Amino acid sequence: MFWGRQRYLIDFALSSLWRRKGRHLLLLVVYTLVVAALASVMLFTEALKGEARQLLAGTPEVVIQRMVAGRHDLVPEQYLERIGRVRGVRKKAGRLWGYYYDPTVAANYTLMVPPERHIAEGSVVVGEGIARARGASVGDVLALRSSVGEVFPFRIDAILSAESELVSADLMLVSEVDFRRFFHFPAGHYTDLVLEVANPREVRKVAEKIALALPDSRPILREEILRTYASLFDWREGLVLTALLGAVFAFGIFAWDRAAGLSAEERREIGVLKAVGWETSDVIALKLWEGALVSLCAFLLGYLLAYLHVFTFSAGALTPLLKGWAVLYPQFTLAPQVDLFQLATLFLITVVPYTAAILIPLWQAAVADPDAVMR
Amino acid sequence: MRKSTLAFAVLIGLGAGFLWTGLDAVRGDSERAAALEAGARLTRELGLTDLCLFTEARYTRHLSQADWHAPFQDHPMALEHFPSGALVGVPATLRGPH
Repeated sequence: MFWGRQRYLIDFALSSLWRRKGRHLLLLVVYTLVVAALASVMLFTEALKGEARQLLAGTPEVVIQRMVAGRHDLVPEQYLERIGRVRGVRKKAGRLWGYYYDPTVAANYTLMVPPERHIAEGSVVVGEGIARARGASVGDVLALRSSVGEVFPFRIDAILSAESELVSADLMLVSEVDFRRFFHFPAGHYTDLVLEVANPREVRKVAEKIALALPDSRPILREEILRTYASLFDWREGLVLTALLGAVFAFGIFAWDRAAGLSAEERREIGVLKAVGWETSDVIALKLWEGALVSLCAFLLGYLLAYLHVFTFSAGALTPLLKGWAVLYPQFTLAPQVDLFQLATLFLITVVPYTAAILIPLWQAAVADPDAVMR
Repeated sequence: MRKSTLAFAVLIGLGAGFLWTGLDAVRGDSERAAALEAGARLTRELGLTDLCLFTEARYTRHLSQADWHAPFQDHPMALEHFPSGALVGVPATLRGPH
């Protein structure tokens, strides 16, 4: 009985929506786009966070930088020996890496000396992003100009796998000799140091001891690196979300205007329904069904579009925003991740305000005298 | 056909799509898992610290390694001006006391 009655109400609600189809279709399209835009950012962010968690799980336990006058400075190799005296340090090594701006393609590369892999002098292993930007392949020669204007021809030995592009798109691996000659990097110095601590629970303690022993050093822990990426696109910051919040507010005003200001036609419709014997509760149920059908369709459709956009089409609409002025940008597909809490949040910030916007004016019209409403 | 039947059919279709997204996310993708493993292996081998997302400035390329004044030291009175600087939050390492 109850269900039969509700079905009639739904039939009537759909006929009512169809009578003003232009307006409702426009509402559905705008609503769907707002949900799709918000959901795209949420899904993309969550997937990136998941990706970062897995990719950076093997990042160095502690990185030690040296600061001089508030800026990074090269670390003398004596620091390695002094760090070695700190109890708890199991392994220590100096890293050699730096940046190179390539004017040919106006891109920044990260030059690095791999700690274990052997690279012959004059050879280079490049990331897929560099190979793409330079149109280079294995065997080609990359001519780079050093800090003193000398041209270094590097032969491409290999290209790092496209699968690892999210961490390696701009990498250029060179031998230690080439690295030091190319940058005129002083002997006996490193860019920074990396440590391994015997007991993982003592990492913070060891970092504190090092900061005490070497006051100009700055330890960065793996947990801090992971935390940085966990809060990468924090909700508090974020150009995209701020821009989207504008869209949400605009939609809120649009929905409020549509729902709050019941048109004369809608008020007359409510009056006629009440005059022919409809209860106030029936009128409210009818209008709630209208709102629920529009909201639910827009939410599901918007979410589906966002999912396809992020995971099938590699978030093409968000990429230009993320790329900024960067020439080298990794091409990657993200592993789908769905967070139920986020879904619930999305539902709450899109569906609930719309439904709430409908209720108050509807209640006012529905409880009024039919004669007054129709006048 | 009643309009409500049509509406239910549409909603069921959309609901099925919604459920598919959940299943798709849980099921995972073996190709993607292999790619992730390749990336993680390279990170371990080279001791990498950051994702290669923003290569436009050194402090956005290696977010976790940026120092306290990195965005402002290009020239006197320099302001952070790279687009990606507006996208990312302050690195966790810089949030604590200096």
